[in-house]
Amino acid sequence: MISPFFIQFDGEVKTVIHYIGKRLLQLIPVLLGMTFVVFMIIRAIPGDPAQVILGQLASKEAIEALRLKLGLDNPWYVQYFDYLAALLKGDLGESMRTVQPVSKEIWPYLAATFELALFAIIIAVIIGVNAGIISAWFQNSWFDYAAMIIALIGVSMPIFWLGLMEQWFFGIELQWFPTSGREEVRNPVSAVTNLYVIDTILNGRFDQLGQVLKHLVLPGIALATIPMAIIARMTRSSMLEVMRADYVRTARAKGQKMFWVVYKHALKNAIIPVLTVIGLQTGMLLGGAILTETIFSWPGIGRYIYEAIQFRDYPVIQSGILIVAFIFVMINLIVDILYGLIDPRIKYD
Amino acid sequence: MGKKKIWSFLLLMLVALSVVLAACASDDASESNTEKENEGTTEEDTGSTAAEDKVLVFGRGGDSVSLDPAAVTDGESFKVTQNVFETLLNFGKQDTTINEGLATKWEPSEDGLTYTFTLREGVKFHDGTDFNAEAVVKNFERWANGSEDKFPYYASMFGGFVGDESHVIESVTADGDYTVVFKLKRAQAPFLKNIAMSPFGIASPTAFEASGDKFGDNPVGTGPFKFVEWKRNDSVTVEKFADYWNVGYPKLDKIIFRAIPDNSTRLNSLLTNEIDLADGINPSDAATVEGDSNLQLFERPSMNVGYLGLTTTRPPFDNVKVRQAINYAIDKQSIVDAFFEGRAEIAKNPMPPSISGYNEDIPGYEYDPEKAKQLLAEAGLADGFEMELWAMPVPRPYMPDGAKVAEVIQKNLEDIGVKATIVSFEWATYLEKARNGEADAFMLGWTGDNGDADNFIYVLLDGDNIGSNNYTYYDNQDLHKILIAAQTEVDEDKRNELYKQAQEIIFEDAPWVPLAHSTPLLAGKADIVDFLPHPTGSDKLTNVDFK
Repeated sequence: MISPFFIQFDGEVKTVIHYIGKRLLQLIPVLLGMTFVVFMIIRAIPGDPAQVILGQLASKEAIEALRLKLGLDNPWYVQYFDYLAALLKGDLGESMRTVQPVSKEIWPYLAATFELALFAIIIAVIIGVNAGIISAWFQNSWFDYAAMIIALIGVSMPIFWLGLMEQWFFGIELQWFPTSGREEVRNPVSAVTNLYVIDTILNGRFDQLGQVLKHLVLPGIALATIPMAIIARMTRSSMLEVMRADYVRTARAKGQKMFWVVYKHALKNAIIPVLTVIGLQTGMLLGGAILTETIFSWPGIGRYIYEAIQFRDYPVIQSGILIVAFIFVMINLIVDILYGLIDPRIKYD
Repeated sequence: MGKKKIWSFLLLMLVALSVVLAACASDDASESNTEKENEGTTEEDTGSTAAEDKVLVFGRGGDSVSLDPAAVTDGESFKVTQNVFETLLNFGKQDTTINEGLATKWEPSEDGLTYTFTLREGVKFHDGTDFNAEAVVKNFERWANGSEDKFPYYASMFGGFVGDESHVIESVTADGDYTVVFKLKRAQAPFLKNIAMSPFGIASPTAFEASGDKFGDNPVGTGPFKFVEWKRNDSVTVEKFADYWNVGYPKLDKIIFRAIPDNSTRLNSLLTNEIDLADGINPSDAATVEGDSNLQLFERPSMNVGYLGLTTTRPPFDNVKVRQAINYAIDKQSIVDAFFEGRAEIAKNPMPPSISGYNEDIPGYEYDPEKAKQLLAEAGLADGFEMELWAMPVPRPYMPDGAKVAEVIQKNLEDIGVKATIVSFEWATYLEKARNGEADAFMLGWTGDNGDADNFIYVLLDGDNIGSNNYTYYDNQDLHKILIAAQTEVDEDKRNELYKQAQEIIFEDAPWVPLAHSTPLLAGKADIVDFLPHPTGSDKLTNVDFK
């Protein structure tokens, strides 16, 4: 059966838009529920923002006065609805610690994480998918065993240890890559979009582009390890299933080269579950990776939120997590749309 | 064909997304543009002369909170502001004696109620305005009319704000262009030390009046370096101020303060030349640094104390014999040897020996488990008891590895029949719970602000500070009287005598087990000269140079 997908394209665009609209509407209760859960959790943990802001020498009276000013003395539901009302007006609040609007403060952190996550996921997909394919193609070969053992190690590798080993080997011993930060600080990038790869190109500073890319390598590899291993394993098992299908045998029987059978016919049918994994992993990486960001001093969103938690900076925690969650669900949505694109049998409804 | 359309549709979505992102970013971009304009010329300069510039990259554990020193309490902020701003008086190069700063002379009156400062002439702020008596008055007016969330250190050092009963400063007035007169409501012994503290760096009134709450993003002082750029959670850049009053200084052209949270990474970055100077070196890495001919190790003179607090309101710690027994039970020497790598001094008083008023004659509690058992028996606890031992969850200079030190203490206590369970919480939770008196025994420490005994003993052990920094709930009225008298005693010798008495009382009552005064370590390139780490943790880098 040929689906209407191919015949009436205009109708299909409508279906896609309708589908996206529906999914976006579904997001509202999800995000709303999340604001509530985050709000309650951060208030359930002990520790008082007023105390943290005023420091160790603060008097009790001053702490009370600041709590009053920050509205922390109100009952939780008043605080929550104040927060929601501001949020609906597009106000993400103001950091209690730095007294900066979160909406202004958060972008450089998001950009830093975005750049690193994208770099990591590209490495993970290229290596992971190919390793999975080759393992499935030459099942039970030495390559298959080696790749899967490495993947197993990759999944269970403590990032902390891996990061320090990378620094020692590639940084100190070989002197190939820098061990921390996003840029060579002695030759700083002047930020335009805060995505430094793009900024250096916009500024025409190709010397800096090289430095920025070098800074991406070690944290990128550390961050890519786990997704790479997961993607490789998923690709392999999905490919193994497909490789036994009749059409693969038919394609072979027609005399097609094995390479094309694998990369064209089989991969296309095997990629859907892999895509799901890639989508989930991308979402997770964009949420920031506290460990990687800490070890490599990457000024990303994970560290930003983590530090906000240490300082009980409620507005930053709330809005930061909300934005990360929003990105996560949006990526899922994009992946769902991609399904239909790759596999026309999947319909949007 | 269908597919092509879908691809173009997705492309369209991508474009839409980038427009949204660009819109988000544009706010920022426009603001940083204005910043760029201010520094436009300098940026070009550094671009062309980067090779010859002396740039020092200083790696540290965290980012600054704000660059308005009066607005913050965190050391990472002061590390930067100490070089952008100057105070009326300075501490000594590696101690907390009083030296000239923006003031060249200072005269207290007999009764200690009036201080007359003569200011340095020919000093300019980074914005080109003149530093004079009026500027000093305006700074103090700004602070005195603030609130504790705006100017926390002002509140704790000068007893509050205008209108508060406890506010120490009656008035600050200009007498001509270069004389400022401070009138106090009551004598305050550490007044001059307070004036020398980093939070009270004199800012340009023109600048803070113009930028209001945003002054912390655009600090303007008289210091050797002026502010250039701040990439949050990443780096703060300051550069040489060409019109600095002290001709020939600073030696460096630029300092970049980088936030590198992980101690091992910071050392790695030093080894790969990404930074020139690293704060917060683990005692266990000291040998690595000393063994490397490209590096040198710096020791920051100790002005801290790490201790085990015993909550004096919780049984059995309400019994002084039990507290003394715990003091005898703990083997401090082993702790210092194992976890401070010997780079610490065993503590016997609540403040380090460098602070004037330190009582040398206190014998301290030596390691004596037998004596401890005997005291427990006298307290009616011959069979021991069970308790919780709180281990610090974060490394601090005064306690590099809380969890391991706790294990040693646990073993020491087991030897006298006390069964201690180690517990720990996330840091803010830990502090709050301990402050609420929920701990039996907890590990904590303190780094001094101004090198004054009051800043240790009164702040940490006076009844007034229960619920604040007195986590042990220790409250001794005799001690309180002595400490209050010492606050207003202007005669240095009499004042020291009072603190010596105070330490005797504390020794007898044993609300703490003082553990160690550590020497925090830094590491730097071998060619760095004239870097003298300051005990307060805020270093002036005016004289620092490369060989």
